[in-house]
Amino acid sequence: MLRRYVAKRLLIAIPSLLIASIVVFTLPRLIPGDVVQLMLAEKAYAKDLAELRAKLGLDRPIYVQYFEWAGRVVRGDLGESLWTRRPVIEEIGQRLPVTLTLAVMALAFALCIAIPVGVISAARQDTLADFVARSAAILGLSVPGFWLATLLIVLPAIWWGWRPVGEFVEFSRDPVGFIRQLLLPAVILGIAASAALMRLTRGMLLEVLRQDFVRTAWAKGLAERGVVLKHGLRNAIIPVVTLLGTQLPQIIGGTVVIEYVFGLPGMSRFLFDAINQRDYPVIQGVNLLVVSTVVMVNLGVDALYAVLDPRIRY
Amino acid sequence: MAGETPRSIASLPVETRVGTDERLAPAARPTLAPARSAPAGGGRGILTRLARFARRKPLGALGGVIVLAMLVMALFAERIAPYGYDETIRGARMKAPSAAHWLGTDNLSRDMWSRVVYGARVSITVGFLTIGLAVVLATAIGVSSAYFGGFWDLIVQRVVDAWLSFPYLIIILSVMAVLGPGLGNVVIALAVLIAATNSRVIRGATIAVMQQAHVEAARAMGCGHVRIIVRHLLPNVTATIIILATIGLGAVILAESALSFLGFGVPPPHPSWGGMLSGSGRTYMFRAPWMAVWPGVAISLAVFGFNMLGDALRDVLDPRLRGS
Repeated sequence: MLRRYVAKRLLIAIPSLLIASIVVFTLPRLIPGDVVQLMLAEKAYAKDLAELRAKLGLDRPIYVQYFEWAGRVVRGDLGESLWTRRPVIEEIGQRLPVTLTLAVMALAFALCIAIPVGVISAARQDTLADFVARSAAILGLSVPGFWLATLLIVLPAIWWGWRPVGEFVEFSRDPVGFIRQLLLPAVILGIAASAALMRLTRGMLLEVLRQDFVRTAWAKGLAERGVVLKHGLRNAIIPVVTLLGTQLPQIIGGTVVIEYVFGLPGMSRFLFDAINQRDYPVIQGVNLLVVSTVVMVNLGVDALYAVLDPRIRY
Repeated sequence: MAGETPRSIASLPVETRVGTDERLAPAARPTLAPARSAPAGGGRGILTRLARFARRKPLGALGGVIVLAMLVMALFAERIAPYGYDETIRGARMKAPSAAHWLGTDNLSRDMWSRVVYGARVSITVGFLTIGLAVVLATAIGVSSAYFGGFWDLIVQRVVDAWLSFPYLIIILSVMAVLGPGLGNVVIALAVLIAATNSRVIRGATIAVMQQAHVEAARAMGCGHVRIIVRHLLPNVTATIIILATIGLGAVILAESALSFLGFGVPPPHPSWGGMLSGSGRTYMFRAPWMAVWPGVAISLAVFGFNMLGDALRDVLDPRLRGS
């Protein structure tokens, strides 16, 4: 049953991925300004332009370029950067660990805050604690991450003369230093996600706590802890897991700004620079990687949903 | 619910979820809100109803006040701001906040308070234009997808799926790189993105309305497609659209500020809050921290206001969520 469901979802995911790949391929080509002209500065002769264009394969019809690109992508070849002349996959591989670590740390932080606060907020509905938690959640969704990052850099510097270290520490050189420098960016990145997760945890738990079996649990004389955590949370947590999966694209999107502010050499920073330099293969490669990851994670989350809740049958 | 899977909660980005995440997927809830009757106390004066709303939803009322203040700032910027947004004041370069310059002055000797006031105009303009366009697009996509169903629904939903798989900032950056910076382009890029997300919710709500007897009756009486959509479906999804729009406004303001911050949004000299925080705001952040503080406060307050108001509106307009 589950296998059939996953197969069905996979089948639906394929056209979406195809459409996404066409978008990924065409979009950077519509960018005004031509990479060839950018590379050859302004004084280039027409012949040089045409030559370079032919060398880069940019002179053929766009659909030919697409099929060629798609064929290579399927074989794991994302082409090479027009600027550094190095394989895109290698360049991404170098930067992906930074972005990935950042994203995972942000998600972990979000969960650590969201679930306890959500539970307290629901168990003590309409008390001061609930009121504060809910307002804080909306505030968390309202404050722009890049501004918060700026504040957290500026204010300590003014008050205590403390400035962040500018240099980036590689994981291979100093694992602890590597994690430590990502701590602040990850917390800022996780705030919005934790607010969304907290609100969902609270909402779902409130709904579950109103059901009959919870009343039975109370009537049995169970302690509040047992009722809320064992009977309540266990049933309320499923949609939270789903939302967790879907927070991923949001968090990856957020890394663009965070890596920019903190000057981290991650994948999103790479993409940002590539957009400014019109480095098509890089833009395509990063976008494609991100989109397929998101599609796959959503698929995994759907399957997990069915495993977690035996009542769900497709 | 035809063809709906848990994916439908999944596909909403955080911003949209602000208002909808506390319950099941909006798509999975039937919309029961009666179309025309006001939520409570139908015939009474608008002031009484506002007072009632403020008493029951103090946070929502606070949000409303913030939104109102922002609207006033945007509309009457010339009267409220003591200086023009681009007016240089002699001998007032990077002055700290004082009685003469409430929020200080920037590196080009411009009054920060005046720039923040004019910034409200940029945010409100982008916000309302984007949401207006997004609502029209989303309603057209969502209602038609739900109403006609079948092959059309399948195709449209796959395109929406693909669109939603992109992290929003990444797709927006790519689109902005194509369109180039500028207020109009920000509006188009954001509207298309928000329309995709919202169309999912509107589609779900429409499917729910279509199960109701009055739609079936209309069809049995031989009403045409246009009549059914305009008279029976649209009035019943209006509440959903209003909630989505209010919360969407906060999301748009936030997104616009992030884009302007990255240099892909509303270009200078227009005083966009996000733009004020980038460039010189960051260069001088240690010497003149007020340059890097106040525009951010303005963004946060504005988004906070819209989110609070949207939350409260959802509770009031959507009876099934009342009391939660």
